[in-house]
Amino acid sequence: MGKYVIKRVAQAVIVLLLVAALTFVLMNLVPGGPFLGEKAKSPEVIAALNAKYGLDKPLHIQFKNYIVKFVQGDFGVSLKMQKNRPVSEIIAELFPTSAKLGLISLLFAIIVGIPMGCLAAYYRGGKIDSILRVIMTLGISVPGFVIATLMLILFGVNLRWLPTIGLNDAASYIMPCFTMAFYPMCYLGRLARSSMLDAINQDYIRTARAKGVKSSKVIFKHALRNAFIPILTYLGPLTAFILTGSFVVESVFSIPGIGRYFIQSILNRDYPIIMATTIFLAALVIIMNLIVDLLYRFVDPRIDITKGGGEA
Amino acid sequence: MIKEQDKFLSPKLFTLQPDLNKLPDKEIVFEPNDFKPASDDKKENFIEKAESMSYWADAWRRLKNNKVAMISLGIIIVIFLFSFIGPLFTSVDYSTQARHADSINLAPSFEHPFGTDKFGRDLFVRAMYGGRVSLTVGVCASLIVLIIGTLYGSISAYFGGKVDNIMMRILDLIYSVPDVLVVLLLSVTIKIPLQNWVNTSNSAFAAKVGVLGAPLISIFIAFGLLYWVSMARIIRGQILMLKQQEYVTAARALGGGGRRIIKRHLLPNCVGQIIVMTALQIPSAIFLESFLSFLGIGVSAPMPSLGAMAAEALAGIYSYPERLIIPSIILSLMILSLNLFGDGLRDAFDPRLRK
Repeated sequence: MGKYVIKRVAQAVIVLLLVAALTFVLMNLVPGGPFLGEKAKSPEVIAALNAKYGLDKPLHIQFKNYIVKFVQGDFGVSLKMQKNRPVSEIIAELFPTSAKLGLISLLFAIIVGIPMGCLAAYYRGGKIDSILRVIMTLGISVPGFVIATLMLILFGVNLRWLPTIGLNDAASYIMPCFTMAFYPMCYLGRLARSSMLDAINQDYIRTARAKGVKSSKVIFKHALRNAFIPILTYLGPLTAFILTGSFVVESVFSIPGIGRYFIQSILNRDYPIIMATTIFLAALVIIMNLIVDLLYRFVDPRIDITKGGGEA
Repeated sequence: MIKEQDKFLSPKLFTLQPDLNKLPDKEIVFEPNDFKPASDDKKENFIEKAESMSYWADAWRRLKNNKVAMISLGIIIVIFLFSFIGPLFTSVDYSTQARHADSINLAPSFEHPFGTDKFGRDLFVRAMYGGRVSLTVGVCASLIVLIIGTLYGSISAYFGGKVDNIMMRILDLIYSVPDVLVVLLLSVTIKIPLQNWVNTSNSAFAAKVGVLGAPLISIFIAFGLLYWVSMARIIRGQILMLKQQEYVTAARALGGGGRRIIKRHLLPNCVGQIIVMTALQIPSAIFLESFLSFLGIGVSAPMPSLGAMAAEALAGIYSYPERLIIPSIILSLMILSLNLFGDGLRDAFDPRLRK
C-alpha cells in the first residue's frame, strides 16, 4: 500500500511537470507579451522590463528558473493585472470564494443527483423513470451558460427576485450554485441509475429479497453500496473542478473567483498567474483522483488497487 | 408485496420453469394418422421462414422502433438543413452590416425572423452560420477522436505485453491532465500561430485550413489531443477480448500481419461500439465549443457561433432578451437531440446494454 502511494505520488509529480511545461511552451508560443498593448512604450523600456522579469532569456532557462523558484515556494508576481502583487496572495484571496460556491454546489448535486438516479432505477420503465430520464438528459445537454443566462433573464431581470451580481447575501448564492450543480447533478443521476440497474439484477439482491429484507434497505444498503464505484470515479475530478470554480458561472454573475481570473489572465498574457493557476488547479484534480483511488479499497475491499495500474 | 418483488427478479427465471397452468387437462389421444410421414407441404410450413438479417438491418430495425431517437434524428436533420442549406437562400452574409437607423436593433419580424443586432446584421442568418460552426466542430472533432483513439487502442491491445504497458502508462498520464484547463490554453494559444502560418504559407493544405478558419482548427486540435483517451480505452478493452477468438488465430496462421488483422478482423467486429462512441462525442464537442465561444475564446468575430451570439446578447439582456434566448435554445436543442440519438444508437447496436 505504502509503495503504491509513493508510486502514485511520483506519477502525479510527473504529470504536474508535464502540465507546467506544456502551459509554459504554449503561453510563450503566442506572439505578444504582458508588456505590449499597454501605453505606447519604447522598445528600450520593454526590453528593460523583459530583463527585469527574466523574460529575455531562452525558454528552457526561463522554465528551469521558474520550476526552481516554484519548488522553493515562490510563485512569482503578477506582471499585468495586479502589478507586482505575489501570485500566491492573489490565489489565496480568490480561491476561498470559488471553493465556498463549489462546495455548496457539490453537496447539492450529490444530495439531489444520487437519490434521483436511485429512484429512476427503482421505478425503471415506469412514469417516474421516464420523467427523471428526460430531466437528466436535459441536464447534461444544456450548456451551463444557457442555464445561467436564462435564469438571469427570468429571476434577475423580469421577476427581480434574485440579485444578478456578486455574492453579497444568501439569496445571491441560489442562481450560481444551481447553475454549477445542474450538470453534475444530472450526470450523477444517470450514472447512479445505470449502475444501480446493474446491481439490482445481481443474485445477492434476489437473496436479500428472499430473506425478506425491506425493499428500501435492499436499495440503499445492498445495491447502492455496490453501485457506488462508478459514482466515486466521477466524484473525484468533479470535486476538484467544482471547488476551483466554474469559468462560466463566475463570468456571468460577476463573481470574483479563481475561474474568472484564470480566463482574464489568459486573455491578458499574465504569465505567472496563468502558470500558477494551471498548476494549482491541476494539482487539485490529481490529488482528488489519488484520494478516490485510495477510497476504492474502503468501498469495495475486493479491489486490489496496487495491481493493474488502477484499472479496476 | 409480490408485485414489488417482481421488479428484482429477472423475467428469465420465470420462463425457464415449466408453466404448470398451461399443461393440457385431458389425456392426449393419438390416431394412426399422426404417425404417417409428413407431407412436403407440412415440412415447408414447419420451418418458420425468417429472412436472415444483417447486423446493420437488425440495428436499423431497433433504431426505427425507438420513437425518441427518431424524433431526435428528425430535429438533427432540420437543424442540419437550416445550417448548411439555409445560407444558400439568403441574400445577406453573416457579416453584412446595414448601419441605418431603421435597420439596426430590429425586433423579430417577417423580414428578419430573429431580428437584427446593433450593426444591422440579420440574426437569422447569423444563427444559420452559427449552427454550421457548431456542427462542423462536432463532426470534425469526433472524427479526430475516432481516428486517434481507434488506432492507439487497437495497437496497444493487439501487441499487448510491454507495448501495451507503456502505451497505457502514457494514456494514464494524459488522462490525469485537467482537460478543461488545457483546452482553454490550447485553443487560445494555437489560434494565432496557426493564423500566421495560414497567411504566410502557400501550400494547398494551408489554404484549406484557412477556409475553415484558424480558431476552429485550434478547437479541433485541442479537443482531438485530449479526448481520444476514453475512446482508446474502450477500443482496447474490446480488442483484448476479441483477439483471443479463433478467427484471429486462423488469420495469423494464414500469415496475416498485425496491420491486416487489426484492420480486417478486429476493428470490423467492434464497429458498433466505435459508431456509438463517435456519435456521443459529437454533442460533447459542440458543448465545449459553445462554452469556449461564450467565454470569448472560440471563433473570432465576425464569424458567428451560437455561444458567441449568446455572449454578445448578454450586454443587452434587459432590452433584447430574445437575442439570448434564441441561440441558447437552438444550441440546447441540438445537443439534446444528438445525445438522445446517441443513446438510441447505443440501444440499437448493443441491446444487452439497454437499460
